[in-house]
Amino acid sequence: MKIAVCIKQVPDSEARLRLAGDGRWIDESEVPFVINESDEFALEEAISIAEAKGGEVIVFTIGPARAAEALRKALALGAHRAVHLSDAAFEGGDAMSNGRALAAAIAREECEIVFTGSQSDDVGYGATGSVLAGFLDWPHSWLVMGVEMGEGTCKVTREMEGGLNEVSNLALPAVIEVQAGINHPRYASLKGIMKAKRKPIDTPSPSDLGLDPSAIGHAGAGVEIVSVDFPASGKGAEMLEGSPEEVAALLVDKLQKEARVL
Amino acid sequence: MAHFNGVDYMDFDSLLNEEQKLVRESVRAFVDEKFMPVIEQHHRDATFPMDLVPEMGELSLFGSTIDEYGLPGLDNVAYGLIMQELERGDSGLRSFVSVQSALVMYPIYAFGSQAQKDRWIPRLASGESIGCFGLTEPDFGSNPGAMRTTARRDGDHWVLNGAKQWITNGSLAEVAVVWAQTDEGIRGFVVERRTPGFTTSDQHGKFSLRASVTSELGFVDCRIPADAVLPKTTGLKNALMCLTQARYGIAWGALGAAMDCYQAALDYAKERIQFNGQPIASHQLVQDKLAWMITEITKGQFLALQMGKLKDQGRLKHFHVSMGKRNNVWVARECAKLAREILGANGIVDDYPVIRHMLNIESVYTYEGTHDIHGLVIGAEITGIPSFNAPRPS
Ligand SMILES: Cc1cc2nc3c(=O)[nH]c(=O)nc-3n(C[C@H](O)[C@H](O)[C@H](O)COP(=O)(O)OP(=O)(O)OC[C@H]3O[C@@H](n4cnc5c(N)ncnc54)[C@H](O)[C@@H]3O)c2cc1C
Repeated sequence: MKIAVCIKQVPDSEARLRLAGDGRWIDESEVPFVINESDEFALEEAISIAEAKGGEVIVFTIGPARAAEALRKALALGAHRAVHLSDAAFEGGDAMSNGRALAAAIAREECEIVFTGSQSDDVGYGATGSVLAGFLDWPHSWLVMGVEMGEGTCKVTREMEGGLNEVSNLALPAVIEVQAGINHPRYASLKGIMKAKRKPIDTPSPSDLGLDPSAIGHAGAGVEIVSVDFPASGKGAEMLEGSPEEVAALLVDKLQKEARVL
Repeated sequence: MAHFNGVDYMDFDSLLNEEQKLVRESVRAFVDEKFMPVIEQHHRDATFPMDLVPEMGELSLFGSTIDEYGLPGLDNVAYGLIMQELERGDSGLRSFVSVQSALVMYPIYAFGSQAQKDRWIPRLASGESIGCFGLTEPDFGSNPGAMRTTARRDGDHWVLNGAKQWITNGSLAEVAVVWAQTDEGIRGFVVERRTPGFTTSDQHGKFSLRASVTSELGFVDCRIPADAVLPKTTGLKNALMCLTQARYGIAWGALGAAMDCYQAALDYAKERIQFNGQPIASHQLVQDKLAWMITEITKGQFLALQMGKLKDQGRLKHFHVSMGKRNNVWVARECAKLAREILGANGIVDDYPVIRHMLNIESVYTYEGTHDIHGLVIGAEITGIPSFNAPRPS
């Protein structure tokens, strides 16, 4: 069974971010990049299924040259090979154009199941996996917290509002968008890291995938980020000082008289 | 649990390749997630977290530079980065891996027979067997060449007599690499636990390297088979070659301890408010301490990296390693001291890692050649005059 995993390289959420000169995105030159958190869980799910049932795990990413690092890590963790959509034409896409590009790359591989994270930690559209499923014309499930492989089907569990668990069967092939926390991602063993050096990373061009450059990347995107900014620090926060007793009394007073919630 | 994101003031990382960074990332995650939550208690109890050993084996932390027996064959910079991350956790953790890799697997791999290698390398790599290295004796530390432990041929056996002291992992070890005087000079022997005449007892009351077992080894007419000798050992130089391996790792490891102290001090200084609502990081004296720490750590990183590159090219000399070990352990010792000052009273409790590193570094400063002895090695190299054995005044 061929299992596809789509991963994205994102700026480390713990890094100190600065805005780019044009105010449309962050300055990427100094930030460390990591694999998007929920994608690491998607990858772990794929690798452990391949280990249990046999199969080949192929990782896909869209991103510039630096994204090869994320693929190399995925290969070190146990993926078998990688496909890197690194052509400049793939750059600057939205969920729509990225979903289209990934669908074309995955269709070429005849995969039976695709794992992705539920959302990316940078732009956070939470839609690429679903759009990808749309282009493939496959069923999909979002915010998945449990996966059980059957014969030609996949049983997925999702957490609903109010603490309910929803269980559904998806006919394969399907796209499974997992949530962070679904499993325990492994560490790359040092042996795995050295083996990954010899695993192949394919870099198909848009035309290799039969894609029209105007339908992918920035050209194919209908959403354009106009600006990003840090939220202005809020007004109205007030530090209460004094002994615990004094602060408590002051707080009760304010909650009664100013906030009127008590 | 806070994650460590490394200390990189001058884009050191741009000198590392992808594998080296991935190796560091894996070991960093292992230390953060598995080791940090338990170290405080192990330090208090003076125990080593033995339950982590199988996972360390799975990660291939033991013998990671060996390229046979399914081991990863890492380059020496990647190996150094492993040591750095481990010692950021605790010098006891790094010592455990140093001893297993550089002082037990290395001599068996480099000086052992095929049968010794086939028997021991796989089980030492997985962590199924622990090893120890017995060189130091109660009366011979800096001057091991004068050791008293002897190995005498007796038919198809060797008979060991003597005592070894300060031996890391001595009582945990399934196998001890023991150095002894023979008619043919100092040679190394592979001695298995439970061999009659071989006993161990632990050193208690340590205030340093508490999360590491330190033992005494005793040999009384201990008979070991003729093939227990490491065939390619012919003198003290073979023991010193092992130490050069381990010291190289310590030069990197000490930076890890220094980084952890620096990070703890920096975080603390930014949060701790004293005088006029100002963080102590705003005071010039505190900034000077932090600036000293980051400067010395940064210099130490480049020193370590150059050693790694020379080692990969087969050009690293023991006197280079002396400089690296001496300097970087000293940096760690000073950083621990400054960090402790910055933390004030909090600097003396184990809620913070600083006092633990500060205590640990005292062992690291002394073992594997004391700071002063390494100064003498450098001195001998640049002057051509070895000063260890000053002539006796007549
Ligand atoms: C926690 C711990 C773990 C250890 N683990 C191991 C192990 O696994 N295996 C092992 O074999 N050993 C081990 N050791 C022993 C360690 O290597 C020795 O302690 C070290 O070599 C120093 O020897 P010593 O303690 O006998 O000090 P000494 O040699 O007695 O030195 C005492 C002082 O005298 C100075 N000095 C000595 N000679 C000279 C000279 N010629 N000129 C100037 N100054 C000099 C030294 O620098 C030092 O300051 C360990 C030690 C510790 C503390």
